[in-house]
Amino acid sequence: MTDTAMPAPRLSPMQRLKRPRALIVLSLLMIVPLVAYVMFGEPLAKAGIREIVLAPAVPATLILYALAMASWRESWVAVLGGTLVFFWVFVAVSVPFLPLLDPNKPIRPFAPPGTEMGDITFWLGTDLKGRDMLSRMLWGCQRVLVWGVTATAVAYVVGCIFGLIAGYISGIWDEIISFISNVLLSFPVMVLFILILNYLGPSGFNIVIAVTFASAPAIMRIVRGLALDNKTRDYVFAAQTRGEHPFRIMVWELLPNVRGPIIVDACLRLGYTTVAITTLTFLGLGLQPPDPDWGLMIKEASNLMVWKFSYMLLIPALAVSSLILGFNLMADGLREMSLRD
Amino acid sequence: MNDATPVLECRNLSISYYVRAGEIPAVVDFNLRLMPGEAHGIVGESGCGKSTVALAIMNYMGKNGGITGGEILFEGRDMRTMSAEELRQIRGSKISMVYQEPMASLNPAMRIGEQLAEVPLYHEEETSKEAAFDRAEQMLAKVRLPDPLRIMNAYPHQISGGQQQRVVIAMALLANPRLLLLDEPTTALDVTVEAGIVELIKDISSEFGTSMIYISHNLGLILETCDRLTVMYSGEAVENGSISDVFNNMRHPYTRGLFSSIPLPSADKNARPLLPIRGQLPLPHDRPVGCYFGPRCDYFEAGRCDRGLIPMEDTGAGERHAVRCVRFKEIDWSVPLPRPDAGPPVEAGDIVLNVQQLQKHYEIETGGLFLSGEKKTVKANEALDFRAREAETVAIVGESGCGKSTFAKVLMGLESATNGEVTLDNVELGQLAVQKRDEETISRLQMVFQNPFDTLNPSHSVGGQIGRVIRKFGVETDKEKIEQRVHELLDIVKLPRDFAKRRPRQLSGGQKQRVGIARAFAGDPKVVIADEPVSALDVSVQAAVTGLLMDIQRENRTTLLFISHDLSVVRYLADRIVVMYLGRIMEKGTTDEIFAPPYHPYTEALLSAVPIADTSVNKRKVVLTGELPSPANPPSGCVFCTRCPYAMPGVCDVDPPPVREFAPRHNIACHLEPEELAAMEPVITIEEEQAA
Amino acid sequence: MFKLIARRLLQMVLIMVVVSLVLFVIFDSDKFKKQIATAELGGFSVAAMSDHDYQKWLKSKGLDVPVHERYAQWVGGLLQGDFGKSFEKNAPVSQVMGERLVNTGILAFWVFFLMIPLSLVFGIVAGMKEGSFQDRSVSFIAVFTTSIPEIATAILLTVIVALGLGWLPAKSAMTGGWNSAELILPVLTLVLYDFGYVARMTRASMAEVMTSQYIRTAVLKGIPYARVIMRHALRNALIAPFTVIVLQLNWLLSGVVVVEVFFQFNGFGKMLLEAALFGDVYVIQAATLVAVFVAVLSQIISDVGYTFLNPRIRFS
Repeated sequence: MTDTAMPAPRLSPMQRLKRPRALIVLSLLMIVPLVAYVMFGEPLAKAGIREIVLAPAVPATLILYALAMASWRESWVAVLGGTLVFFWVFVAVSVPFLPLLDPNKPIRPFAPPGTEMGDITFWLGTDLKGRDMLSRMLWGCQRVLVWGVTATAVAYVVGCIFGLIAGYISGIWDEIISFISNVLLSFPVMVLFILILNYLGPSGFNIVIAVTFASAPAIMRIVRGLALDNKTRDYVFAAQTRGEHPFRIMVWELLPNVRGPIIVDACLRLGYTTVAITTLTFLGLGLQPPDPDWGLMIKEASNLMVWKFSYMLLIPALAVSSLILGFNLMADGLREMSLRD
Repeated sequence: MNDATPVLECRNLSISYYVRAGEIPAVVDFNLRLMPGEAHGIVGESGCGKSTVALAIMNYMGKNGGITGGEILFEGRDMRTMSAEELRQIRGSKISMVYQEPMASLNPAMRIGEQLAEVPLYHEEETSKEAAFDRAEQMLAKVRLPDPLRIMNAYPHQISGGQQQRVVIAMALLANPRLLLLDEPTTALDVTVEAGIVELIKDISSEFGTSMIYISHNLGLILETCDRLTVMYSGEAVENGSISDVFNNMRHPYTRGLFSSIPLPSADKNARPLLPIRGQLPLPHDRPVGCYFGPRCDYFEAGRCDRGLIPMEDTGAGERHAVRCVRFKEIDWSVPLPRPDAGPPVEAGDIVLNVQQLQKHYEIETGGLFLSGEKKTVKANEALDFRAREAETVAIVGESGCGKSTFAKVLMGLESATNGEVTLDNVELGQLAVQKRDEETISRLQMVFQNPFDTLNPSHSVGGQIGRVIRKFGVETDKEKIEQRVHELLDIVKLPRDFAKRRPRQLSGGQKQRVGIARAFAGDPKVVIADEPVSALDVSVQAAVTGLLMDIQRENRTTLLFISHDLSVVRYLADRIVVMYLGRIMEKGTTDEIFAPPYHPYTEALLSAVPIADTSVNKRKVVLTGELPSPANPPSGCVFCTRCPYAMPGVCDVDPPPVREFAPRHNIACHLEPEELAAMEPVITIEEEQAA
Repeated sequence: MFKLIARRLLQMVLIMVVVSLVLFVIFDSDKFKKQIATAELGGFSVAAMSDHDYQKWLKSKGLDVPVHERYAQWVGGLLQGDFGKSFEKNAPVSQVMGERLVNTGILAFWVFFLMIPLSLVFGIVAGMKEGSFQDRSVSFIAVFTTSIPEIATAILLTVIVALGLGWLPAKSAMTGGWNSAELILPVLTLVLYDFGYVARMTRASMAEVMTSQYIRTAVLKGIPYARVIMRHALRNALIAPFTVIVLQLNWLLSGVVVVEVFFQFNGFGKMLLEAALFGDVYVIQAATLVAVFVAVLSQIISDVGYTFLNPRIRFS
């Protein structure tokens, strides 16, 4: 693409980064190290590279945040939501580098916020086992984010594949896929979670499976609807009339055009998944102790119904609320912006 | 009320919309004076602000629009000073409106009777409910709706589009308004249905004496309905005057450009080709200084045309005839515009495409997975039979539901024929799905699609999409050669080469359609099917795209199957015409044979229904009654018998009509005797002194 | 219309057969049988049990029968209104479940009673004038309340109202008999959470209707604004929220496990969770079927209602 008569327009570094490919690379740089850090912590720690792995994610997160803020300027809802979300993502990728107390080390139980002990200050107090609340709260977002993002991503891959097949190829495939998804959708989500996690046992990977079962049918329906709508467009006819393979039509012609509504839905669904993970952990079906996690923090403190110690409940509750508020506001802002153009 | 008081007067009206980017002036310095009983047309291309004027008169601008200057006087009172209650009382009773989309304009959850009765109930004191419903029913009869009582009790979706528009008109007339605003009232309707509505509107103005403002993009419709008209361009009125002044003595270059880009009967693709207006419509926020039409105008003079606001000026000749042009007195209007030489007619070659007794039936099923309902057969195509030669343009003409799009799908291999044969250079295609066709067959038969906004994939660059066709059909395989070929194709469709890198959303409708044409010709096809390729474009762009399509066809000796509902375009560019109605061929022959008697009765009605923007053309009125039947439930015998003015009960509704040959390859399917058909008068006649 | 209902009912039966079969097969696994034994006899005695004793225990519980026979028996019982017996509580499932359903029913009733008028009124007021102050404030409150998950709302309310102000009891176990005061916090939690969702749906629907062309027609017909809203807009704008509200029934039955657990309210969801943790097959079986039944039923009601409210579909 060099010998054109017209000179290629010069792009500023900022514009270069805003192109889809750069955005995808940056997002992967942000998410993959974090996922590796949390899921494969032990092997990485044995190899002695656990912290190093996470290092590239910190600048990637900051650059992405700057890009997002620059292009969402017009919608303060999106800016607010994005700021909340990126705050927690930034915490997740940088928490090992922050000067915090060990989140799992019992020091002094039931210290209220602001307690000083020697040269240590418990800004947010300690929990009933004496672990620092601030440190636990900040560390806690890692697991929720990683499992939430992974579970949502897997659910999307599955949902998109089946949705495209059901929507584009239709016929008997549509009947089969739609029936299975109807069966799954007939289960109230919580019942499905309880049944699956009870059957498979509580763990992060099983949460991914459970979320996929619960979310993929709904995603499938959305993608199917979008595919049905898009397949009557003339550009799909054009592809069909030049004899393109259905697989290519689905991936090349349809998939890029269902992207917009899907991104908005993904933000909302990330919120739901975060709620679901926290809730499941609270119910004892999700992530297991001792590593810090918001749902776990609530569970541990939930029998402690005393005004004086209510900070132990309030802190994780507010943390999880702010993250979900962030996702929802971001979705709202993105939808608003997509409708305006 | 004094007769000299105008019903409506707009003085220096300016309207703006407020968006994120700031204020966008939609209408600038608009003047209009409408006398009692007068019908005034406003004509212009999309985005010229004609509908905005109508909504401003109703004082309904939405939350982001506003009148920024000037005044609107209704019967001498400025509507901008009226209170909300006063406005409410005027709306619907003294000024009422008919909208572009009748289906969307009626409340889907309310019965029609109630929607109609609301008008007298809320505008006349002491009207009882019964009286209001009685009035509504009488008005439905006046707009010539059959069985008004049934329609009163129906919901809007239960009646056809034409009937819905009659209901909307009835609603507008119920309070006997002084002013009726019609905003593209027939754009969403089929031609023969449109003709009925236009007839009704004309009768209303004479019967009720209502003043009308008729907004349309179609000069022919304005000619049929109005006394005076305003031509608008990019938010400005550019010419204002009586029909005869504007049509015959136009004094603005844009008006003249508009007239020479529409296919009037006098145009001919070889001798007198259409003359598109070069360039494209400026977007509202980057209009030029001075004359908005300047950059596209042949008479542009730097230093005069690009300075300040150009005022509307009276021409001195004619009745209140004004134009917005600084040079109109200097231009010699008697010199015709220079026409490009299109060259001699192209000789048709051998038969390329042969369609024989083609039949396509669909089974539609009500019900689904578990309980299947009854099956219905839709006869989308029945006994289609015609041939197309090399370098020939064959037009397939018909209204919605005539099966022309189904036919295209069968040809392209997206549907398989139920019966019959389609051969392309001796390859049988009817039963051959596109996946089973070889690369060569596929590349020989390509298509240009109707909707410019759908034709390109919004997610990929223009160059990528054209390049894909080149690679797919193996024209070139090398990456650089493909790029080279993409650039050549962009040159052919007269687009800059750097468009290859653009996304479709950065292109205008006409440009997208050019890319669509480039894509269709990328694989060197023998036959190109063009499915209404210009119907969604503005008239000045239409001419350019049509011209381009014909140039490429001429160059490559491609066979063009041109699917259209617009007989004027078809008359201009087709060599042969196939007229279809409800899946069957009614008449086929050369263009001259179709446009001259003997006619099939449907062809006759179709010809009469097409509005022609030429004052020297006389048309014989043939208005069809009734609605288009559904293709799922066609009438027995001759499918046209329910609407045919010549229908013979006992014959036409029983037996399918015989197909008679009147000249070699000129066939008419009708029960009428050949002598009766031959005795028909021509529908379109051109007055001699003008035609010369 | 009848065809639609018949189709949906048929589909429901099919779904329920599939669901119950899957559940039976899953809970027939050795793992779950062990889980029941552990829960009933304690981990040690199960570990110490000989294979023979274990088989005897299985037989005493009727778990040794092959799965298809057990399923046939169970279906037979079901047709006579017998849901089987709870292993945990040693009582007929129907009795255990009945009690819990009543509790959840009362909870759901109050949630609906408060939430429906609140969210409809606010949603309509917001959607009437898109972009106005009232719209933006309602939208913001709505997105805020839905964003706070039920568990967090429950915590906030408990901490402020129960622990801080001491106005209401913090738990709703009703250990001292039925106490309506204990119902207030769970109801409030659910109303707060659900209000935002339904209000947003209503707002969106109303806003869409208000920009439609037939509302323009009605306004330009010169009828009073109040009638435009009441007669022309509402009927069309309430179709979408209606279907959403009906679907909330399904959520209230079992989606509120977390609230019931947090407040220790003995509802249906909490029972389901307890049964799942215990491995109480027949209770899970019955509860899941009830949940699926309610889900599909609310789906049918919402579909049929949608069709009925929308003449465009009703008469075609």
